[in-house]
Amino acid sequence: MKCDLCDAEATVHETQIINGQVRVRRLCEQHAAEQGLTGVASQPTSNTGATVVLSMNKKATGLRCQSCGLSYAAFRQNGLLGCSACYEAFEDKLTPLIERAHQGGTHHIGKTPARMLAAAQGGDVQAIERVLGDARERAERVALLRQQLEDALTNEQYERAATLRDELRRSEAEEQGPEGEPA
Amino acid sequence: MNTGGLGQPDGRGSPGNGPNGGGHDPEAGRAADVVISSRVRLARNLAGFRFPNRAPASERTAVVVKLKPIVLGARLSPQAEWVDLTATTPMHRASLVEERLISRHHAMGKAGEPMHGRAVAIGLPDRRLSIMINEEDHLRLQAIRPGFDLSGVVEQIDRVDDAIEQKADYAFSPRFGYLSACPTNVGTGVRLSVMLHLPALKITRELEKVKRAADDLGLTVRGSYGEGTEATGDFYQISNQTTIGKSEAVLLREMETEIIPSVIAYERTARERLVKGGRRGMEDQAWRAVGLLLHARLLSTEEATKMLSRIRLGIALGLIPGLRLPLIQQLLIASQPAHIQMAIGQELTQEQRREARAALLRSKLGEAFATKRPPPRLIRPGSAEPRPEPPVGPSNRPQEPGPSHPNDGDGREL
Repeated sequence: MKCDLCDAEATVHETQIINGQVRVRRLCEQHAAEQGLTGVASQPTSNTGATVVLSMNKKATGLRCQSCGLSYAAFRQNGLLGCSACYEAFEDKLTPLIERAHQGGTHHIGKTPARMLAAAQGGDVQAIERVLGDARERAERVALLRQQLEDALTNEQYERAATLRDELRRSEAEEQGPEGEPA
Repeated sequence: MNTGGLGQPDGRGSPGNGPNGGGHDPEAGRAADVVISSRVRLARNLAGFRFPNRAPASERTAVVVKLKPIVLGARLSPQAEWVDLTATTPMHRASLVEERLISRHHAMGKAGEPMHGRAVAIGLPDRRLSIMINEEDHLRLQAIRPGFDLSGVVEQIDRVDDAIEQKADYAFSPRFGYLSACPTNVGTGVRLSVMLHLPALKITRELEKVKRAADDLGLTVRGSYGEGTEATGDFYQISNQTTIGKSEAVLLREMETEIIPSVIAYERTARERLVKGGRRGMEDQAWRAVGLLLHARLLSTEEATKMLSRIRLGIALGLIPGLRLPLIQQLLIASQPAHIQMAIGQELTQEQRREARAALLRSKLGEAFATKRPPPRLIRPGSAEPRPEPPVGPSNRPQEPGPSHPNDGDGREL
């Protein structure tokens, strides 16, 4: 539904009941803010002798991907993100969702695009970081792999441990670059 | 890892292993007495384009224009069929769904979603590789093989993935891996699935145990064929749910050496128990199903699937000499509604489909038996339904069922 004052989507609905007359205003976030109608849905008030019920459209929180324009609320509704940049825009909110859906997994471990990696290895630190992440992310990934390896050994899952060891070696090799030089 | 008491990891499909003596068939793949097929799917997106659900028609078309030469130029199979789904009939799309070459989502789209820019490249001649364009993600790469061979499909799809990535920039982040429209696929983007035939676990009511154990391991068990949770014909698909936080190699190892072998062993043990408890009864069930399909005049998909399932179990247990597992697999697909209609070449009413389905199964099974010595129990002097003529040579062997799909596009190399 459109805002009463512009073409943007209305996210705040204000219902005023004065002497039995109902007046409804629908405003977008920006115009609602200008009119002082922000914050949590207010309690019915009667300071002007009228009953005012302000309801925030719960579907729309302010969070929005700047790249494709998808709101976080819209994502929650249909479960699909709009573009790659949504992952950064919604990172804080997505992380717990991803964690729940993937047995606690929050960091990618595994394949990296081969050509992208090869190109990065010939480039500078920023190029490598775009593929493998910054030093902190890489350290986190190695720590996760070590943890999984330890768990496998504790549970006597030796074949799995061997796979994880290969994975650790591959991770290290990726950072070294093709000539074995630290990138 | 606790495999929930599913038995010893075993079941790598050696022929004499368990009660599958009659079922071993190289064409059907490893552990074919229980495993129908192994499949892998990768979700990939291009950098710089919105995901298909958010992209307007022009952008979806741009993705197709970019990907078509890359996919066809990568020469991923001896030949390829490029199908522009916007230019296909619903029946054609439905038949591709029945072959599992495209998803239901890709065939119909979500309500109100346009068909713009949807395509699929199918590897020929074996139709076991498919690359969906603009499904939920820009690219869905899929490889499928008969029997238990997850490593095989994973190796194959890895090569396909690398070949495409040589020419296309993927949406990838160091933190989240391969970025997908739905966060349930993010990370590796890998979905490994094994389709299993588990009639004995169903009969012995042990399937719930398998489901619970799978759930604990981050896997799902779903029915294949048939709607909803009830699996018509006791065909089940087990797939990983987790795609981030575990590498492709670990996901593969879990499925291939830990989980699926346990389920196979569990099903085999249940079958052995059933046979011990009443071999004659099992034999009777299997042959009744053969009899029904050899003589029925009207058959629903559901009934055909159930009967083929019983026959499959009979073959796997060595109770039906003369039939082979790959034939049953072909018939399961050929008797699906869209395949029946594609074979006839026109849309049919439900009644007509039932009639055509019954005729198809009568003729295919009849041919198969005709190439072997007819089992004595099926000869009934004076039967109203004369059996097919005795074998006349290899030409009598069952033909590849299912229609040949019209090549909508350039039959160029994939």
